[in-house]
Amino acid sequence: MLTPDIAHFAWRSLEGARTRSLLMVLATSIGVAAVVVLTSLGEGARRYVRNEFESLGTNLIIILPGRAETVGGGAALASGRTAHDLTIEDAMALRRIRGIEHVAPLNLVEGEVSARGRRRDVPISGSSSEIQHIWGLSTASGKFLPPQDPRNAAPHCVLGSKVARELFGTESPLGQYVRLGDRRFRVIGVLAPKGEFVGVNMDDMVIIPVASAQVLFNLSSLLRVGVMTRSREDVPPVKAEIARLLRERHGGEDDVTILTEDAISSAFDRILVALTFALGGIAAVSMAVAGILIMNVMLIAVAQRTSEIGLLKALGASPRQIRFLFFAEAVLLSAVGGVLGSVVGQAGSFVIRRLFPAVPAFAPLWAVSGGLALAIATGVAFSVVPARRAAALDPALALARR
Amino acid sequence: MITLRDVSRTFVLGGESVHALRGVNLHIERGEYISIMGPSGSGKSTMLNILGLLDRPSSGTYELDGQDVTALTDEEQSRVRREKIGFVFQFFHLVPRLSAAENVELPLVLAGAHPGERREKVMRLLTEFGIAKRARHRPDQLSGGERQRVAIARAMIMEPAAILADEPTGNLDQHTGGEVIHLLEELNARGMTLVLITHDAVLGGRARRHIRTLDGRVEGG
Ligand SMILES: Nc1ncnc2c1ncn2[C@@H]1O[C@H](COP(=O)(O)OP(=O)(O)O)[C@@H](O)[C@H]1O
Ligand SMILES: [Mg+2]
Repeated sequence: MLTPDIAHFAWRSLEGARTRSLLMVLATSIGVAAVVVLTSLGEGARRYVRNEFESLGTNLIIILPGRAETVGGGAALASGRTAHDLTIEDAMALRRIRGIEHVAPLNLVEGEVSARGRRRDVPISGSSSEIQHIWGLSTASGKFLPPQDPRNAAPHCVLGSKVARELFGTESPLGQYVRLGDRRFRVIGVLAPKGEFVGVNMDDMVIIPVASAQVLFNLSSLLRVGVMTRSREDVPPVKAEIARLLRERHGGEDDVTILTEDAISSAFDRILVALTFALGGIAAVSMAVAGILIMNVMLIAVAQRTSEIGLLKALGASPRQIRFLFFAEAVLLSAVGGVLGSVVGQAGSFVIRRLFPAVPAFAPLWAVSGGLALAIATGVAFSVVPARRAAALDPALALARR
Repeated sequence: MITLRDVSRTFVLGGESVHALRGVNLHIERGEYISIMGPSGSGKSTMLNILGLLDRPSSGTYELDGQDVTALTDEEQSRVRREKIGFVFQFFHLVPRLSAAENVELPLVLAGAHPGERREKVMRLLTEFGIAKRARHRPDQLSGGERQRVAIARAMIMEPAAILADEPTGNLDQHTGGEVIHLLEELNARGMTLVLITHDAVLGGRARRHIRTLDGRVEGG
């Protein structure tokens, strides 16, 4: 039998049983659509997280005091060791390293800022002029913290756009004073609106020199040091050199944690890829349900078409041909269902992208092709039993019935 | 052409054996016209199914064109059936969703013939059988006589060696039945071996050779 004839014959029998065929197409397409939509959500989450990290800059290194790798905080305490502080001097020492573009010490504290009798609880950053480049900030008016020795506790500050508006209204805050704790700071700049960034609303932020923050809040250690390398390629050697230098400065102890954007985001990446696979897998289970439905419906079809199968045998169809005809029906159905399902699924992810623009919900290629392949495989696998049954029908008996 | 030697067919039904055929010997020459008559349940259909390779004897051998076909596998048997045997049934057994032409074409499709060749053969046969105008009609749009003509055309399309007809007039009125028999006899006159099961003694009597079955045995074989 010629292949187009097999396909044509199968198509005609499917047409002859519309409801049954539509049911199977529906079951399959739901399975494929589920795979496409769920994996596109997983992939969307992955891309969202990756974008967030990349907005940090791909040539960023973050240094935290203490070792994250010790087995919980308890181990370090039990041995009686206290981690060395991460100091402004440590940050300054890093400047010597080749390949580093910017170094910014950072402290971050929630505190109260007041001016003209208005008070706000805001995040207060203690840092240096270079944090501007690391965070990608720009000023709407005035200027940012001037480059100077970070040990200098100068009494000036830069306000986020929202906090500036809330404290000073439409008036320009430049040259005015705000109060932080028991000190007065002169406003030298206002940030352009930026919104949420690395989990902090930049528009609420007050930025002061790092030494001022340490005095104001009585801090001995930095929260972290941000480092920006000249290029992405500089990250690994710079990271190694930072580790070496800080070990030397901390009496031979590895007591800082050095994070790179790459390491963090690839860790998240792995987790979210695993999640996406898991979602795809869960959705694929619905395909098994579709498979069982297909099998049952096909078994009914074989029973209903007993006399037709007997006739085909009488006309010289071999058992193999009969099996092929039923396989062809299953493949056609599941292919149609699969294509329909991926179209519906893609439409679904499109809607998700429209509703949540931050989540780039694109189904990964492996999920779309895998879903289709799985649909067809399911169709074939679950039609084995019905096709065998059809091929094994006794033609004499099948034809005896009218 | 056809030789049955000591063929028996036993069905086991609910632990009980039904002897549908008992030690049947039969020889049929090419081009013969044989009628098989006998009471209901006497084994006529069983014998025809064995002749048409739709069923296998429980014991005995069946030789077709000098070949012992009982030894063939199912796949091989279907090939022999396709090439050498044409069936005509009481209930026509046309595929309802296919047109008359497509039904006639079906054996050629199964045999893997090419579309151009198929179309030509089908149209030639439909014209010959006087149903060319009905080519595009589906079975439910045809009369009983037309349906049986389509079925006979389908049996003939592979130019088989023998036509096996199991009560082909059983569902037709006397006049239409007569026409169908006439068509089959015409084919026989052109050399086609014809084996015809019938209840109708008049129709059966027209054959050149008569076989009677009784309780699984053959008289006159
Ligand atoms: N598939 C079968 N299973 C069990 N018994 C059968 C089967 N086919 C035929 N028989 C029995 O074999 C006998 C002969 O049947 P059949 O050849 O159909 O008779 P006829 O065609 O002469 O009416 C009957 O008793 C029938 O019940
Ligand atoms: Mg019978």
